Amino acid sequence: MNEKTMLQEEQILAEENICIEENLVYVKPKSLTDTVFHYCPGCGHGAAHRIIAEAIDELGIQSEVVGVAPVGCSVFAYHYFNIDMQEAAHGRASAVATGIKRVLPEKYVFSYQGDGDLAAIGTAETIHTCNRGENILIVFINNGIYGMTGGQMAPTTLPGMKSTTSPFGRDVASMGNPLKITELIAQLPGVIYATRQAVNTPANVRKAKKAIIKGFQNQKLNKGLSFVEIVSNCPSNWKMTPVQANKWMEDNMFPFYPLGDLKVLKEEN
Amino acid sequence: MRELKLMKGNEAMAEAAIRCGCDAYFGYPITPQSEVLEYLSNEAHKRTGMVVLQAESEVAAINMIYGAAGAGKRAMTSSSSPGMSLMQEGISYIACAEIPCLLVNVMRGGPGLGTIQPSQGDYFQAVKGGGHGDYKLIVLAPSTVQEMVDFVKLSFELAFKWRNPVMILSDGALGQMMEKVELFEQQERIKTIESWATVGKPETRERNVHTSLHMDPEKMEEINIHLQAKYKAIEDEELRFEKINCDDADIILTGFGLVARICQKAASLARERGIKVGVFRPITLFPFPYAELNKLADHAKGFLDVEMNAGQMLEDVKLGVNGKARVEFYGRMGGVIPSPEEILAKIEEKFVGELV
Repeated sequence: MNEKTMLQEEQILAEENICIEENLVYVKPKSLTDTVFHYCPGCGHGAAHRIIAEAIDELGIQSEVVGVAPVGCSVFAYHYFNIDMQEAAHGRASAVATGIKRVLPEKYVFSYQGDGDLAAIGTAETIHTCNRGENILIVFINNGIYGMTGGQMAPTTLPGMKSTTSPFGRDVASMGNPLKITELIAQLPGVIYATRQAVNTPANVRKAKKAIIKGFQNQKLNKGLSFVEIVSNCPSNWKMTPVQANKWMEDNMFPFYPLGDLKVLKEEN
Repeated sequence: MRELKLMKGNEAMAEAAIRCGCDAYFGYPITPQSEVLEYLSNEAHKRTGMVVLQAESEVAAINMIYGAAGAGKRAMTSSSSPGMSLMQEGISYIACAEIPCLLVNVMRGGPGLGTIQPSQGDYFQAVKGGGHGDYKLIVLAPSTVQEMVDFVKLSFELAFKWRNPVMILSDGALGQMMEKVELFEQQERIKTIESWATVGKPETRERNVHTSLHMDPEKMEEINIHLQAKYKAIEDEELRFEKINCDDADIILTGFGLVARICQKAASLARERGIKVGVFRPITLFPFPYAELNKLADHAKGFLDVEMNAGQMLEDVKLGVNGKARVEFYGRMGGVIPSPEEILAKIEEKFVGELV
């Protein structure tokens, strides 16, 4: 390309602004703030946040949503979602969400929780919130490790998987088995939708987003709780590159935590 | 119209919650205050639409309060000592996030599982913080069933005025005893939406966020400085106390809640014997009426602090008197209630022949 044609191109660009709404194929959802994510490269939280924000935008419910952030890597979720939010104590997000939903039954309420938060310290709150059939959405990010505190064993750490507190691999005889909490809560009558998704590929991101949208829409049915698990990764604490981490997740996490719907409310005729 | 009723303390308090337009109650059964949840479960929803939910634990209950009160609603819980211990984590978060709500502790004897009999063993927990970090609750100590009623209304007013959790520090005797109460009329539930409430973000405002997490130490210190300034303002504006026959008293009995009533009987027994005894009753335990006690110490020769614990408010009484007069203590623990005669005997033992 010679200098002349470059100048011509610049002129065309200057005259004709192509950055207009009709031409945009990818924009930041308005339910996300401009704050830069603190998440590590390759971490699933970014995609998970984004699809929640996209779901809120597409449903047009930004002014009707209240979110609850957990303690864990996503403790700062309220910096990123451009919606009203409350930051809960470790494990208590579903109780906080219950309090909000009970006094604002017309609003959409969701909690966003990691495995340590939801399936260890907050197990009682999780099970009872599900069992009461609160009309909320719980988004559960399962990466099998405590990320924020630096890679300790989680309730969902796989057998034999190494962490800073299972340095020789998780020994199920002494440390217990990984808790498949989604299978557990799917048994409860209060839960109308339980699904396990991932955000490792574009196809999976789209499926996970559909699940999130369904979880929000279900709140209008007033029939119970929606639970979306997202099997995710932790390149930093798994001590892998993002690509290796996704591969490891596919080879090890997915066989133990198979993707797909565990429970879907039967359509009423 | 005046409505007089004979009511149990716990039930009267629950009735007051309905009448003052409380939006939500979350609680967990524990003796001696389970009547609150029972009464509300029967009455509240059908009368005002108030949300009443039995939580799976006190831990869950206090976090439901955080959610509902964070959404700007008038939310309350009640419990008794061991349950209140479980709530301390949540209370610390609520205090830092400046969420107004009402907490009621119908105290029983401790430590540990203790007893179900009345006690005042949670004074330190209620007044000095309880959970982690530098925070204060506004603490009201009723001494009658009537005050259990009146303080519910007052608590919500104070909580929303200051955006601070308020605690009613009662005890098992007040919760269980029946007395005549005058009930205020049913009030409408308040529909206005607080500017800070998490109710969904309209285009017209920035998002509302409740959090107690600030990683930057300068920012966290700023939050602390703001909280301390608020507590100072509360100290300046919200002091409440009662003085009974203190003006000419040589000896002043100090006691809060139920004990203040026992002290009144002890004081009248003492006056029959020619000992000039008065009673000073702090109604707000935070803020504590230090200056008023200090003034009383100008003419009083001695103070006898009486509590149903090992001497907790005693420390504040001493801070108030600040060495101007002798301060003695008489306490019963583990659920035992002191009698007027025991208190009189203590007055005679400690002060008669020496100071009076």
